[in-house]
Amino acid sequence: MWIYEKKLQYPVKVGTCNPMLAKYLIEQYGGADGELSAALRYLNQRYSIPDRVIGLLTDIGTEEFAHLEMIATMVYKLTKDATAEEMEKAGLGAHYANHDNALFYHNAAGAPWTATYIQAKGDPIADLYEDIAAEEKARATYQWIIDMSDDPDLNDGLKFLREREIVHSQRFREAVEMLKEERDRQKIF
Amino acid sequence: MHMNEFTQQKYYRPYVSPFDPCPPIRVKSYVTPPQLYLGYQPYNLPQYQPQQALYAGTLWPALFSPYNGRYWGREEA
Repeated sequence: MWIYEKKLQYPVKVGTCNPMLAKYLIEQYGGADGELSAALRYLNQRYSIPDRVIGLLTDIGTEEFAHLEMIATMVYKLTKDATAEEMEKAGLGAHYANHDNALFYHNAAGAPWTATYIQAKGDPIADLYEDIAAEEKARATYQWIIDMSDDPDLNDGLKFLREREIVHSQRFREAVEMLKEERDRQKIF
Repeated sequence: MHMNEFTQQKYYRPYVSPFDPCPPIRVKSYVTPPQLYLGYQPYNLPQYQPQQALYAGTLWPALFSPYNGRYWGREEA
């Protein structure tokens, strides 16, 4: 059960009409290391993970949907009033042919999202290590997109999202430490 | 480890061939953000004010990692 708050986690502002940037940014929407993959990965893994870290996966998985919504807003604004010709010039001709200016869950190269991007191994360490790796890969993707973007308003939002990847990675690393602790062993001080 | 005893960016000099077609990048960089060093987050770390925390994307300066584009070490360094 979720409660929806009708506002973004962090304000999204886009300074320039730039469909080319939307083409790159869609990587974080429907790409392997994007926000959709992240949300579905964590919210699915949590059922078979030790109790102590279920809440963490729920919280972070939920936040990933808030990020997904921010990315959607950015992509939407970047392409909102782009004509067919402008879409073509930005390399989005194939996208326009299939989707008009609608958003779709695919990566920057147009490959549709697939569940093979995510895993639930059932082994808590394997799953958490995948989650840490996913956060680092998403952080790197944000860096490469910031490198290519010259829109300071958009970059402000992207830097926020990049920082959240760092915080999530930190929390997953702490979760691993929790599971490493020898709780069942009698400790005598 | 004490805060700020690490850098968030590392550099190395890759091999450059006399036959490389693109102008060489002599110094390459990669990012090493705070979560690699922090371990369990200690209790009672200093916090940002709410407005600044929202802007930073984290409550704690110890977790903040600035990023302003990659360093391109193309010029002779």
